Amino acid sequence: MGEAIVITSGKGGVGKTTTSANIGTSLALQGKKVCLVDTDIGLRNLDVVMGLENRIIYDLVDVIEKRCKIHQALVKDKRFDGLLYLLPAAQTVDKSAVRPEQMKELITELKQDYDYIIIDCPAGIEQGFQNAIAGADQAIVVTTPEVSAVRDADRIIGLLEKQKDMESPKLVVNRIRSHMMKSGDMLDIDEITQHLSIELFGIVADDDEVIKASNHGEPIALNPNSKASIAYRNIARRILGESIPLQPLEEANKNVFTKIKKFFGVR
Amino acid sequence: MKKRQNVTIKGTKEGLVLHLDDTCSYEELKRELDQKLSANSRTQDEKHLIPVKLEVGNRYISEAQQEELKNLIRQKKNFVVDGIVSNVITREYAERLMEENEVMTVSRIIRSGQVLEAPGDLLLIGDVNPGGTVIAGGNIFIMGTLKGIAHAGCFGNDQSVIAASSMKPSQLRISEFLNRAPDITQTTEKREMECAYIDENHQIIVDRLQVLIQLRPNLNRFEGGH
Repeated sequence: MGEAIVITSGKGGVGKTTTSANIGTSLALQGKKVCLVDTDIGLRNLDVVMGLENRIIYDLVDVIEKRCKIHQALVKDKRFDGLLYLLPAAQTVDKSAVRPEQMKELITELKQDYDYIIIDCPAGIEQGFQNAIAGADQAIVVTTPEVSAVRDADRIIGLLEKQKDMESPKLVVNRIRSHMMKSGDMLDIDEITQHLSIELFGIVADDDEVIKASNHGEPIALNPNSKASIAYRNIARRILGESIPLQPLEEANKNVFTKIKKFFGVR
Repeated sequence: MKKRQNVTIKGTKEGLVLHLDDTCSYEELKRELDQKLSANSRTQDEKHLIPVKLEVGNRYISEAQQEELKNLIRQKKNFVVDGIVSNVITREYAERLMEENEVMTVSRIIRSGQVLEAPGDLLLIGDVNPGGTVIAGGNIFIMGTLKGIAHAGCFGNDQSVIAASSMKPSQLRISEFLNRAPDITQTTEKREMECAYIDENHQIIVDRLQVLIQLRPNLNRFEGGH
């Protein structure tokens, strides 16, 4: 029996889809059988980020309305040997086409065959959100170091905590700009975790490579050299139960001269 | 044998006290009250109002009946009902009284969009995040950081106070008064162990927790501790 994890945030544009794609990819890299479910019905884009857009034949609403079997709608990611699948969202209907009970049924069915179901949640707290969380066993709340995103994350956590049979949500802070955090122009990690008081599952630096990769339909997690990639892989390993310390935001200063200065206590 | 009187009138310094018997029927009582007051009204020519207190013993008088009795007495010249004293209250009212005198203890975080309401005093162990609201009929004590809205004495109790381990509210409301955070806040400021109350100018004041000992001595429920 697999585990269903919903990726949610409340606010739009904080990186839910990117996070979903990368956590899914990272879990598949760890050898787990993963199914990504895009519940942003009407506005699908997880397939684009994954580079699977051209292969879609059926979608989530087709499955729910029994126009096809689940396995017919699932898009296989060729880069992983039968480990990563995507259930795309429909674009022709809107979020009211699906009810939470139907979603729950679908997720329960998927849990039979997969180790992890990663559910990409739409922004907002309306029907789409209710659908996305219906079948989930766990939730990851994505936020950015902005007051408005943190405020919405707080609201979402409140709603998730009311949900029965769901573990307490985990936090991912996305799009961190270390120089702004250092200068105090952005909320720092401690402030955010203290405010939301839920377990921190990972921090991801703001990286141009992430945008580049997603535009090419290749999740950044496939590129082992990027910092963001390591961050996502670490999140995946934490999901698997490993305890990994948080990655330091500042790269160790490689400059020999600064090291010497530091050694002598010169600033 | 002379019939027992259901209504007896007593004069006191503060005005008249009407003892209404609690064993006869309500209709009977009303009739007798009407008679008694009509008989008496001719003898009194004074123009100023005489306060009347009703003592109804072990009889439950509903709000409608209270209104009826008040009207009945008010019609009789210069009487005005000052108060109705009954030994009986409804279970509902008693439960409400109990709730209002109770300290409700809650241990959780009040997050954005959530509202926590307490009929009496509220003791919250946890934070109130921005966008979250706590409302209480009595006082509010927060062991944690208040960053949202707190409304104490929401039924109109001016004596209510709000206390918090860390006081950084977006809004404070006590009874019908309101105070909001300044638009520019010094984030470096430590606002620890503070309380909010209404002063004599009807302003909400935020001060050290220790001032409450002088300002609200009736916060104490426990006597002793030598």
